[in-house]
Amino acid sequence: MNELFPFFADHLKDIGLRLGEHVRTVGVALLLAIPLGMGIGIALSRGWARRIRGPVFYLLGLGQTIPSLALLALAVGLLGIGVVPAVIALLLYSILPIARNCYTGIQSVPDAAVDAARGLGMTQLQILRSVQLPLAGAYIIAGIRTATVVAISAGALASLIGAGGLGDFIFAGISLYRPEEMLAGAIPTALLALGADFGLSLLEKRLERWRR
Amino acid sequence: MSLLDFLHEYDQSLLIALGEHLRLVGIALLIAVAAGVPTGAWIARGEHRAGPVLLAANIIQTIPSIALFGLMIPILAMVNHGIGFLPAVIALILYAQLPVIRNTRVALRAIPPATLDAARGLGMTERQIFLRVALPLAAPGIVAGIRIAATMSIGVAAVAAYIGAGGLGIFIVRGIQTTWDMMTIAGAVGIALLTLVVEIALGIVQRMLTPKGLRVRGGGR
Repeated sequence: MNELFPFFADHLKDIGLRLGEHVRTVGVALLLAIPLGMGIGIALSRGWARRIRGPVFYLLGLGQTIPSLALLALAVGLLGIGVVPAVIALLLYSILPIARNCYTGIQSVPDAAVDAARGLGMTQLQILRSVQLPLAGAYIIAGIRTATVVAISAGALASLIGAGGLGDFIFAGISLYRPEEMLAGAIPTALLALGADFGLSLLEKRLERWRR
Repeated sequence: MSLLDFLHEYDQSLLIALGEHLRLVGIALLIAVAAGVPTGAWIARGEHRAGPVLLAANIIQTIPSIALFGLMIPILAMVNHGIGFLPAVIALILYAQLPVIRNTRVALRAIPPATLDAARGLGMTERQIFLRVALPLAAPGIVAGIRIAATMSIGVAAVAAYIGAGGLGIFIVRGIQTTWDMMTIAGAVGIALLTLVVEIALGIVQRMLTPKGLRVRGGGR
């Protein structure tokens, strides 16, 4: 344990580099997952989707139960190793919480608000943009928050398929049995997940308050 | 080598790995339920206790699994159990706390006060009310929490192969190390199938435990 601080000090640059890789993989996946998930959530909230809503959510839910390590391993089988398969696996994994929360958020908007907007002569698109989505904001952020934590966690495993990230330290530390190296990966990974969760929870609370 | 040949060749080791996986998840879940359900009941009775307990469980849940292993190994190494079964089972128990505690609390609080009053009016003791009225009514909700914990645990147990805990994750570990896709896929598909089977089976248990009068689909007359 005493070697921990010298190790951190000596490898500060490396830790920063791996952190950067981690944030990049997770960030790209989320940037793609947010519009996709919201698109699915919005589409399923429309009247015409009433029939397929249940089955689609059921299938997405089953997909979500597949462990992230298994999904990453399958991505290797199909797409090879590297950042791209990792991003795709993380992206697939992040869609469900975003889609489900976006849908629930839109459903939670009072009918009266939608009726009032329609009465003002707003089009469907305008209602979606200026009434439903803003009022669903807190739910959508909650979904993005879940997706972010899940993606940071899976991002640590993505090191195994050659995507870099903080997992590099943890896995190297485990296989060489070097506790200080494990901690050099584990502590920043845990802090990254907790920090992202906390930051997004603040945003969620602010949007919730704004809604009232 | 086709998938069928592979399964034929490795059927023994797959079965052993499946057994290890189930043993790890099973033991962890038993302990997690034994700890989580009473904790959930405890915070359901005193709302002021709910905040801190759920916050702590939520923080644990947020820590990525491999990071939790990385944090625990140096600590457990001091008692010579750094890698292997022990850190894996502890991590699984910790992760299962949030869904079990949260669902137990929500399910117990959802019981109408009138029902509990009626039981009290019949002269039941608090203990009888809890065991014979509250717990059966909360059972489907509690099982829903165990179901979430179970699917999560199967996934975390897969990662635990990296810290020497065995299980189906071993196939992924070896497959990735030797870049033998067939092995990786066998592990991944095995874990995914196991998760789906457990998810569906516990869903059925949840449905069966739901009192007839409360069933929405497929129940009733």
